Amino acid sequence: MRSAEILFREDENMISKEITITNSTGLHARPAAVFVSTASKFQSDLFIKKDQKKVNAKSILAVLALGITKDTEITLTAEGPDEEDAIAAILALVEANFNE
Amino acid sequence: MVRRSREIFAGELEIKIFCLLNRTRVGGITVIYSGIAGSEGITAGKAYVFRKHQTEIDAVSVASAAIHTELDKLSEGIALSRTQLVRLKEKVEKELDESKAQIFEAHRMMLEDPEFIDAVKNEISSNSISAASAVKKVTEDYLAIFEQMEDDYMRERAADIKDVSSRLTRNILGISAWDLFSISSPVIIVAHDLTPSDTAMMNKEFVLGFTTDVGGRTSHTAIMARSLGIPAVLGLGNLSEKIKDGDDLIIDGIEGKLIVNPDERQKEHYDKKIEQFKTHRKKLAETALFPAETLDGKRVEIFCNIGMPNDIQSGAANGAEGVGLFRTEFLYMNNHALPSEEEQYEQYRKSAELLQGKPLIIRTLDIGGDKKLPYLPIPEEMNPFLGWRAIRICLERRDIFRSQLRAILRAGIHGNIQIMFPMISGIGEVREAKKVIEEVKEELRQEHAAFNETIPVGIMVEIPSAAITADAIAKEVDFFSIGTNDLCQYALAVDRMNPKVSGLYQPLHPGILRLIKNVIDASHKNGKITGMCGELAGTEEACVILLGLGLDEFSMSATSIPVIKDIIRSVTFKQAQEIATHALELETPEEVLEYSRSKLNEIRRDLVSGG
Repeated sequence: MRSAEILFREDENMISKEITITNSTGLHARPAAVFVSTASKFQSDLFIKKDQKKVNAKSILAVLALGITKDTEITLTAEGPDEEDAIAAILALVEANFNE
Repeated sequence: MVRRSREIFAGELEIKIFCLLNRTRVGGITVIYSGIAGSEGITAGKAYVFRKHQTEIDAVSVASAAIHTELDKLSEGIALSRTQLVRLKEKVEKELDESKAQIFEAHRMMLEDPEFIDAVKNEISSNSISAASAVKKVTEDYLAIFEQMEDDYMRERAADIKDVSSRLTRNILGISAWDLFSISSPVIIVAHDLTPSDTAMMNKEFVLGFTTDVGGRTSHTAIMARSLGIPAVLGLGNLSEKIKDGDDLIIDGIEGKLIVNPDERQKEHYDKKIEQFKTHRKKLAETALFPAETLDGKRVEIFCNIGMPNDIQSGAANGAEGVGLFRTEFLYMNNHALPSEEEQYEQYRKSAELLQGKPLIIRTLDIGGDKKLPYLPIPEEMNPFLGWRAIRICLERRDIFRSQLRAILRAGIHGNIQIMFPMISGIGEVREAKKVIEEVKEELRQEHAAFNETIPVGIMVEIPSAAITADAIAKEVDFFSIGTNDLCQYALAVDRMNPKVSGLYQPLHPGILRLIKNVIDASHKNGKITGMCGELAGTEEACVILLGLGLDEFSMSATSIPVIKDIIRSVTFKQAQEIATHALELETPEEVLEYSRSKLNEIRRDLVSGG
């Protein structure tokens, strides 16, 4: 495995949504954990894209490695049977600032 | 030392005789070892050998046919690690707080990270390497990413990844004794030595007793065992290398004996002893709830030493009238960063409330010596016990000190909290530390924060120079608390962990008694009180002498309280004073010990005969 493979993956044909992370710590620590556990509840494949990097949203290591801070714009994409619910659930979480 | 080796020899002789008598017996060979009785009690159970060896894994290639086996090993390793982490989280949630438990939740998520698992599986299948070496390889790739990130938080996550990977590797390799938390059935811990961080994470409900290769009555293991009320036999040489997981053991913490693979006859004999011990404990437990008052009406205070707020319950159950030493290190150890003021405040407040107005003496951070913090680097020192520790660190790292003092002062309005500074060598440090308290108070006033303006301030007397100049220091403080463990170590110049010299560690040394007397007298002349929170306060042989010297407060492991109260309630203060006066005239520690033992026996005999 090359390091780069952890961080990049090519995909297509998914529904996607652009979100700005607004909570104070960004996707660090607890918010990252909450984010990933929420994503993991769904069957669909979920990805976060920041700049040109696209990672598995169910991977805590990959999400942390993106280093998403406050006011970072990310694109969330989902593909699978419950893709719309998945996006809605994560969106709700981000909008509530992870109840910080 | 000589005595011990002879007894081991006697034990080995016993095996030989035993083997001759009973050749057909199933199971291991019976061996009886003698060590140091570290904590009272007798118990039987299975051995759990705790080894802390580092695991070294080379890239091990496996035959392609074995790939499936390796993949299975991986899944099993993950499943076992998950169970451990879930339990760890629940335990910390229950005993500490939720924010700490999050660390283990994060570990679990890393363990179950789909990208991580896929990468490991991929390594195993495509490169035909063992599960353990695949984990190592993938971990290194991740570490390379995290360790070069600029953010401090992210770099710290590298430590978490290492931790998770190490747990998984050990579970894959079947190295069972990876941490004391993973214990899930009742066992006797067999270890070379146990550190405070080993026991902090220990799954206490399943620990029946301890045996260690090193250590004596005042070692951390012994103190821990006494506070848990479980037996411990220490100083057993290299026994942890000989005992195997699952060996049948009986430990007798009264006589300091360890029996490996006992036969039926011995089991029966010890079953009886275990019953007797339980009855004895029960009787003492009843005495414990009465006040510590001598037959002629002199009242002293009996407190307990605690390491965590939850210890307060067991203290109260054993008859403690307050807390004479609250070690605050738990807040700092097992933590990835300095605890926040709020975090500390919560724990101090909770403790004060649990005590419902009874005294809670909080000792400020006592780190250094043998206690290290992962995030507070202490330079390598030639003599850590004579080095940068406790108040010396706090007076330099004012940020750490101030945040703790703020938390204590604020919690002070929720109960009877008192501050105690450790490792004071002279009056200058007391004045300096008190100045910091005043600065912090002023800061809190400015913020209109609620806090206790009149919080009592005392010091631990554990450095001989402080004991000798107690008359001067007494004017600056509200109380003294003699820390006998360090006081003996410094005054007698003995490292109690070094078996070559630990025999010289004699708390009843006439020199120590004179220091103690000096401290007590100095405090009384100034209208102040003296307590003791070292191990000596809970030692039966010292009890009457200390009482006679005028000690006002005895603070000890909760489980020592019943027997100490029992002794105090069996003598008159006049008797105790006479005994103390005579003890001070004796010339050697051996004479003091012998005299004190004979007096103790007299007192107990008188009591039995209704005297």
